[in-house]
Amino acid sequence: MLRALEGDWAVSADLLWRQRNLMLLANTLSLTGGVLLVTTLIAFPLAWLTSRTDLPGRRIFTLLGVLPLAIPGYVLAYALLGLGGVNGTVAQLTGFVIPRPSGYWGSLIAISLYTFPYLYLNLRAGLMGLDPSTEEAARSLGSSHSTILFRVVVPQLKPAFYAGMLIIGLYVLGDFGAVSLMRFETFSYALYLQYAASYDRIYAAWIALMLLTLTCSILFVEYRLLRGLLFHRTGSGSSRTFQPVKLGNWKWMAWGFIALIAVAALVVPVWTILFWMMRGFDASIWSGLAAALQSSFIASAPAALLAAVLAVPLAYIAVRFPSKTNNALQRTAYLGYATPPLALALALIFFTLNTAPFLYQTLILLVIAYALHFLAEAIGPIRSSLYQASPRLEEAARSMGLGPVKAFMHSTFPLLRNGLLMGGAIVFLSSMKELPITYLLSPIGFETLAISVWSYSNEAMFAEAAPFALTILIFSVFFVGLLFAREWKRT
Amino acid sequence: MKYYLIGLAVVIAGLIWFLSMPASDDLVVYSGRSKALVDPLIRDFEELTGITVNVRYGGTTQLAVALMEEGDRSPADLFWSQDAGALGAVEKENLLAGLPDELLSTVPERFRNSSGTWVATSGRARVLAYSTTRADADSVNELSDLARPEFSGRVGWAPSNGSFQAFVTAMQVVHGDEHTRDWLLAMKNNNTRIYNNNTGILQAIAAGEIDYGITNHYYLLRALNEDPDFPVAQKFFEPGDVGNLINVAGIGILNASSQKEDALRFVEFLLSQDAQDWFTGEVFEYPVTSADTGEAQQQLEQLLEMSPDVNLDALSDLESTLQLLREVGLL
Repeated sequence: MLRALEGDWAVSADLLWRQRNLMLLANTLSLTGGVLLVTTLIAFPLAWLTSRTDLPGRRIFTLLGVLPLAIPGYVLAYALLGLGGVNGTVAQLTGFVIPRPSGYWGSLIAISLYTFPYLYLNLRAGLMGLDPSTEEAARSLGSSHSTILFRVVVPQLKPAFYAGMLIIGLYVLGDFGAVSLMRFETFSYALYLQYAASYDRIYAAWIALMLLTLTCSILFVEYRLLRGLLFHRTGSGSSRTFQPVKLGNWKWMAWGFIALIAVAALVVPVWTILFWMMRGFDASIWSGLAAALQSSFIASAPAALLAAVLAVPLAYIAVRFPSKTNNALQRTAYLGYATPPLALALALIFFTLNTAPFLYQTLILLVIAYALHFLAEAIGPIRSSLYQASPRLEEAARSMGLGPVKAFMHSTFPLLRNGLLMGGAIVFLSSMKELPITYLLSPIGFETLAISVWSYSNEAMFAEAAPFALTILIFSVFFVGLLFAREWKRT
Repeated sequence: MKYYLIGLAVVIAGLIWFLSMPASDDLVVYSGRSKALVDPLIRDFEELTGITVNVRYGGTTQLAVALMEEGDRSPADLFWSQDAGALGAVEKENLLAGLPDELLSTVPERFRNSSGTWVATSGRARVLAYSTTRADADSVNELSDLARPEFSGRVGWAPSNGSFQAFVTAMQVVHGDEHTRDWLLAMKNNNTRIYNNNTGILQAIAAGEIDYGITNHYYLLRALNEDPDFPVAQKFFEPGDVGNLINVAGIGILNASSQKEDALRFVEFLLSQDAQDWFTGEVFEYPVTSADTGEAQQQLEQLLEMSPDVNLDALSDLESTLQLLREVGLL
């Protein structure tokens, strides 16, 4: 960040206040707002259907809510682009030529489709952790299902909503892949261009600072909204499991809704990948595949673990001891998330070479970088669970003579399991498809699946890119499936 | 709880394992050229010389900025860049060591920088791509034609793309800033559509969104290699038109390198006939040097005839181009 101050103030001010920037800012804000709305419309019904109803197939649909995270944004954008036009998929299948998605709507659809899982996972963790007694109390007072949902459940989900929306909002601010393919000029896109083309680290640092300013203002809003929230039980008694809502014939509508999302977010990209693969299948690609898979795994799995471990104390102190300092501390995690990955990678190069050169270009540094960058994604679900875990349990444990750490481990920690799993899963999937940090900080010769996909597709060698993209997806299904299998075994 | 402890133990074990790996004296290349394009060639070099090459692939810009950040602590021996601009930027920070004259003299002057710190390894030309069904390619002979009203909304370009920017730089060098600004504005006002990169332009032509595009030549050749029915064709503008600019990929040895001899062998290998043939045959690029008189030689001659004579040093300074592009509102 020091680099920004080295710059020429006059020139910087020029860059900052160009009229074009205001237009870009307006574009960015409208896109962010649009994406938040669309993702809420997708994620909330999906979370409710999969956690609170008797909808047949809801376990599979849970996967649906997570897997779009495994699809790199630019692959989804390519897939959506491939639908339209005179030689597009839709034209070939039906004879109708639909225009290719582009601009605001194209970006909105693409980004919403691969970011809604952030909100979904937060909401699901929140919904599953709610104490059913409040809803039962409401029902005993004669409230209808929908009244309970909007007057009792939704307000209690505030932390989950805010956490998911925060991540999505920050994601949209920084997204480059989809907006550039859809030709919608946002702030980040324009800033990236100046960065990429000018080799000028001073303006690059300015860009990072501008983004951080935006982030800070959003974090401040979130802080004001979250103040004073407490959702744990205060009385005696323990929480029970839910009585699932019987959907009856509504299940057809639910299935239709889910099918629509599945087609848009999963079937279209997967179909596109398979289509690429059919164009020219080269068996020699398999040898690189195993190595890439291994690289992806040994970097992403420890990063997920590390992020989850780091997120617990941050979320804990922010929820239990909400002072100004502690809140600021927790929010530093979001700064790491909002720093453009390229800037973060460069900062870490500078930092390690000057303090711990032996760490430079090692797997450890890569894992740490992933964890620092994606930490914010893990905090949300953990914090949501923590809001619901009563401090009384821990106090009871303390009163029985356990030390503070042991008391936490035995009382609160088990209640955080859902949040931890979800947080870890998100970080894992995000790390699997991360590019700029991987490029600069990985050990030399270290090729992840995501790097291979990008490298091939960037050279328009889609047939070669396809097996790698497919492997990311299959492996993610497998991994996320394992996580959920644990959860399902318990219920 | 147990699981997490086990996980932590695994991480720590991995940490120790990686720290204990011996520092190797393999050749380290930072390559902005993607693995898809150059990996087999590098394997050939390893087989030929017995030198192990470790490659860090990345975006050319990212690697250039990383090299600047690393300075003389860089583990890299060579920087293989996709374009002249990045090499120019790295050179400006005095990170490049010189190359010997014997080597430099094997390529035409146009394909090396004046201070002899880096040399081109292959070339790609700017061309006009057009739809085989909807375009009338004969009506376009020079760049300025594309600003005519009949082409309104039918042309695509990629102002954020490095090759496009190098081409604008060339235009500034050849025709001056005034002329370049006028052309850019005329094109912009003619509703020229903006795409992210060359591939995006070609796909948009195929999809019927536009009918013409100014792109690099080899993307189409690759697309046709995968799908012979791809409904796009391409041609050069008139000989010497700045629209036919050659962009080069190039390589330089870093000052920080501890193995400059092996590094030099790598550069020599890339300029060898075999490697040059590989670029033309497999990557669909143009050669920058040719020892024999075969097809490569013909290609090289064609290229030198068609393209404008702009020297690489001029292309490596993008600053004024970026300023111009910002000024007309394209960046």
